[in-house]
Amino acid sequence: MYIRATGNISPQKTFGHPLMNEAPVAYTGNRLSCIEPDYKEFIDPKLIRRMSRIIRMGVAAAMECLKEADVKMPDAIVTGTSYGCLEDTYAFLSKMVEFNEELLTPTAFIQSTHNTIGAQIGLMLQCNNYNNAFVHRGFSFESALLDGMLLLKEKEASHVLVGAIDEIIPTSHTILNRLGLYKQGDVSSLDIYRAGTKGTIAGEGSSFFMLANEASSSDYARLDGMHTFYKPAGAVDIEKQVSSFLEKQGIATGDLDLIITGKNGDQKSDRIYDQPGQSVFAGIPILNYKHLCGEYPTASAFAFWLAANIIKQGKIPAMLQTSGILKPIKRVLVYNHYLNMHHSLFLLSAC
Amino acid sequence: MNEPVFIAGTGIISAIGNNVAACLDALQNSRAGMGPMKYLRSAHQQRLPVAEVKLSNEELAALAGLPAVKSRTALLSLVAAKEALSRSGITDVKAWRTGFISANSVGGMDKTENFFNQFLADNRKGRLRDVINHECGSVTELAADALGIKDYISTISTACSSSANSIFLGARLIKNGILDVVVAGGTDSLTRFTLNGFNTLMIVDEQFCQPFDEHRRGLNLGEGAGYVVLVSDKVAATLPDKPGITLSGYCNANDAYHQTASSPEGTGSYLAMSGALKKSGLQPSDIDYINLHGTGTQNNDIAEGTAIKRLFGPHFPKMSSTKTFTGHTLGASGGIEAVFSVMALEHSIVFPNLRLQTPMKDLPFVPVTEVQQNVEMKHVLSNSFGFGGNCSSLIFSKV
Repeated sequence: MYIRATGNISPQKTFGHPLMNEAPVAYTGNRLSCIEPDYKEFIDPKLIRRMSRIIRMGVAAAMECLKEADVKMPDAIVTGTSYGCLEDTYAFLSKMVEFNEELLTPTAFIQSTHNTIGAQIGLMLQCNNYNNAFVHRGFSFESALLDGMLLLKEKEASHVLVGAIDEIIPTSHTILNRLGLYKQGDVSSLDIYRAGTKGTIAGEGSSFFMLANEASSSDYARLDGMHTFYKPAGAVDIEKQVSSFLEKQGIATGDLDLIITGKNGDQKSDRIYDQPGQSVFAGIPILNYKHLCGEYPTASAFAFWLAANIIKQGKIPAMLQTSGILKPIKRVLVYNHYLNMHHSLFLLSAC
Repeated sequence: MNEPVFIAGTGIISAIGNNVAACLDALQNSRAGMGPMKYLRSAHQQRLPVAEVKLSNEELAALAGLPAVKSRTALLSLVAAKEALSRSGITDVKAWRTGFISANSVGGMDKTENFFNQFLADNRKGRLRDVINHECGSVTELAADALGIKDYISTISTACSSSANSIFLGARLIKNGILDVVVAGGTDSLTRFTLNGFNTLMIVDEQFCQPFDEHRRGLNLGEGAGYVVLVSDKVAATLPDKPGITLSGYCNANDAYHQTASSPEGTGSYLAMSGALKKSGLQPSDIDYINLHGTGTQNNDIAEGTAIKRLFGPHFPKMSSTKTFTGHTLGASGGIEAVFSVMALEHSIVFPNLRLQTPMKDLPFVPVTEVQQNVEMKHVLSNSFGFGGNCSSLIFSKV
């Protein structure tokens, strides 16, 4: 199956700028916010007013993806989000507590359900087809992707719109900060891997993909496979999971041109990647991406987008500021874990 | 990919009972589970009846074997999932590639609400343990970890059709040879968030709900969890009692009409039901009983009814809404009603649509109002429709 088109809103200038030939946008502090496009081009202004930020970001990235794919009616819409529509959830919850369950209006509640974005896309397209929403923390995007891949394999669909969306709002940032997830002080996003400290930087994003059964001349990449594993027992288990995935795909590690790992600057979390880095991944160039988008449960969708773009261009974009990788990039493995609980592998290759 | 997927076990906890046997007894004896609010603390306590599970968090925790400080949604989930596994005859989940696919609508919101009481006044306050399991997936993991399932876990949240979609996905993962055993269904506990949300939509009935009645006034909210254990043919052959019921059809469609309202003609409902029939290779006349979505709202019942009229008319199967017993359990309803559908087939019983007084004048059929025993049935259709236009239908068949 093939990645026909993408749409991505992130803390970088990724929307409508797939080349990423500029220097990355750097952030100071532990929170990266999405650079939002002018929505008017994608969404009816009357609708924009009623939508919260995450719904706008979700719908706009989806519309961009559909436009690029030139698909008017996908056979399925599948979304993944861990936190869902936080702004609407917070609005309803805080009013409910503040006013002791009186004087509430339904709008925020209606838009707080986790399937809102997929539903809004379906509504805008008048699409009666399959529509599903996954909400499993660091597996939210992976679950949506698997569903989409199965629909193609089952011949239930020939074009599936798969996306992942998570937002950070002041309240969730405060709470996750209290839980100790983030770095303290004025760390630059570009320095997180070198900081050698505890915690990461908060991120968010909306990444959509059109998966298709048939190849076309404008595909980004071929999606060869995906594998997830939950709470691995340790480094040996991780190596085993990676090796057996590659074996099932019928490739040796030497066949990989690039590995994208999900280091996020948290010392303990980053060590998880070091072990396979020294064994199964030895000798293969490794890049990281979370200095661009921050850490969030569906950040792996950003890596998926990055891998697809790198393959389409055949080279590492300037945004990643690397030197020494001269070989054309034809096959990329993404390895990401979220809190050492949700581990995922994506294998993409040139068409 | 066309191998059958069997139902090897079922587990449930709802307002009418804490296990399968207790729920069956209540269904057979027309005992509904609604009543005054006892466990949920809400400003609407005096006004809105709810269908609560009749156990405190401490009692549920003891049943589940989890600490009582965990979300009630996770406690309900674990109680029902444990029962489903124990009734399936599968003694070791690690002997197979086993998955846990659960659904819920608001994760650990019951605890988050408590956290917010203090947090809103001072954002350094509020116990973090009350907010740490807020995510929907976190609730699933509490149960999956306790069950020892780790080969595949996922969570679906498509509002009120959520757990029908998790059962549907479970079957597909088995058919695609990815898993051998899947515990699939959903859970939701009552929360102030949801109760107030539905209340602002003015679709909560202040009396006991009357689905498919001309004078219906809305829904009662309920809570609970329901799971089925789906197994491949290969696994089924190893079980002491070979399962006799399959999930033969399923379909997910979208109404694409409005975020919360169904289209008057029930487009999404029609597409889900007809798609499930197509998948199973059955004709409308093959369906013996429909477990209706039947929430009791003006909008749902006419949309669902109109779709049924179009698809099944003029020969209608027996039908009823078991939400007249359990209330609307939202993300759990597809799981709970899947368990009821399997029960109906196993025991040849059609459950009644309680409190039906005046049939809807625009519909040419009337749901069953009294328990019917010894009804020969081969195929049961279960409907789950939700916000966002998400409509899913499942078909359970005797083999």
